[in-house]
Amino acid sequence: MKKTIITVVGKDTIGIIAKVCNYLADNKMNILDISQTIVQEYFNMMMIVDMNNSDKPFGEICSELEKLGEGIGVKIKCQHEDIFNKMHRI
Amino acid sequence: MINIFEVNETNKMIEQENLDVRTITLGINLLDCVCDDLEELNNRIYNKITVVAKDLVKTGEEIEREYSIPIVNKRISITPIALVGASACQTSEDFVTIAKTLDRAAKQVGVNFIGGYSALVSKGMSRADELLIRSIPKALACTDRVCSSINVGSTKCGINMDAVKLMGEMIKQTAEETKEEDSLGCAKLVVFCNAPDDNPFMAGAFHGVTEADAIINVGVSGPGVVKRALEEVRGKNFEELCETIKRTAFKVTRVGQLVAKEASKMLNIPFGIIDLSLAPTPAVGDSVAEILEEIGLERAGAPGTTAALALLNDQVKKGGVMASSYVGGLSGAFIPVSEDQGMIDAVKEGALTLEKLEAMTCVCSVGLDMIAIPGNTAPSTISGIIADEMAIGMINQKTTAVRLIPVIGKDVGETVEFGGLLGYAPIMSVNSFSCEKFVSRGGRIPAPIHSFKN
Repeated sequence: MKKTIITVVGKDTIGIIAKVCNYLADNKMNILDISQTIVQEYFNMMMIVDMNNSDKPFGEICSELEKLGEGIGVKIKCQHEDIFNKMHRI
Repeated sequence: MINIFEVNETNKMIEQENLDVRTITLGINLLDCVCDDLEELNNRIYNKITVVAKDLVKTGEEIEREYSIPIVNKRISITPIALVGASACQTSEDFVTIAKTLDRAAKQVGVNFIGGYSALVSKGMSRADELLIRSIPKALACTDRVCSSINVGSTKCGINMDAVKLMGEMIKQTAEETKEEDSLGCAKLVVFCNAPDDNPFMAGAFHGVTEADAIINVGVSGPGVVKRALEEVRGKNFEELCETIKRTAFKVTRVGQLVAKEASKMLNIPFGIIDLSLAPTPAVGDSVAEILEEIGLERAGAPGTTAALALLNDQVKKGGVMASSYVGGLSGAFIPVSEDQGMIDAVKEGALTLEKLEAMTCVCSVGLDMIAIPGNTAPSTISGIIADEMAIGMINQKTTAVRLIPVIGKDVGETVEFGGLLGYAPIMSVNSFSCEKFVSRGGRIPAPIHSFKN
């Protein structure tokens, strides 16, 4: 199973997690893990997501999430987890 | 499982420290295109390149999106054209038609450079080799994306001084032919000693005859990431300094390895090598000179620069080798002048001279790279500089290269602007004493002895 890492960074506001989670649910994506911190009022969230059941191609999900992020004033990024595994695990 | 701090570290490298994959270079063998008829040869070359590389750019962009890592260049390297065109080309003009075909093919598949308008003449020049070399000024002037490289020496064969002399003249002619664009043609022309067969970086990339039919080579980069990591160990001893460089080089190379494997799988073309090079760009914070400054030098070129660069180069290799099973190409720190803001500043302030750069090339890849010199420099002087650099490579069993740009109509104190990744450069002064008689002797410098290494 190829997992995807979604990161959300930006100014904290009400409903960021809700909006992102709703989008993921609507597109049949399962959240495996969430961690979140606030650094100097900046919202910082990482989700590990299983996209295998989603019908949309990866590129489309990326750009839709990006657009969603713009709407709430945060930056949303979608990456396959391999880049992090390769870099941080031997 | 991956945690938020690791994710943030990686993304910070990409977003703030200019971490990128510098190039995916697709090597294509053109030997099976060889035929006696020039027109047919050109057709075959065009067809082969446009078929094999048709998905290269698209694949690169797809990988970029999947991992959110910029892949700055998608490029092609090909079998040295002096070999491919040997039976069909009777004149230098014939070779120029191949250059035009390559340019057309590169534009068709959307790559920004195609390398391999090359000849390997470390021991002697065949008739075709010489015709190709003499065609370089025209070929580079009438194409946009073709890169040329000539290997004029090796540790095994010595230095072909006839070719060195000829290249001095050709560099000067290329400068003349492209003087309207500040002699830009010379930025696409490299002279090598011990040229590697699998180098993915331009302008010196070609697909060596020892290679398979098609191969994916990847060049990583990341001077900004190393610089930023070293800020954390300011004032610490050499052990910690080296450890930090190694660890960072490992991480950077792993990304290259991932991209290379992915590209190889998607294109169904075997993976060749990762080139572990710290390749700077003119962007602020993406400079090898800034790493040297961070190590403790006021400016690149100050006493201690050669030692600092030797250390940097070695640690990059030590960290990178662990991260990839196949390392090749040039692998080391690049020190081009025009493509590195820190180098440009060092030259402008008088900290860095041509002679110091030459010393630096003894301990790192690659050589005297992207150095603008006065347009009135004599061809024999250019040949002399090439000979010096080739000698360093030959004796030290390493790759060295020369990419000099005699900027026609400009002199020391002036600046030349190439634009894009090629950057801009102050014109550097060249020793004005002549080496005409040395260069004109003719023949070759014998191969060095391989024992008695003290």
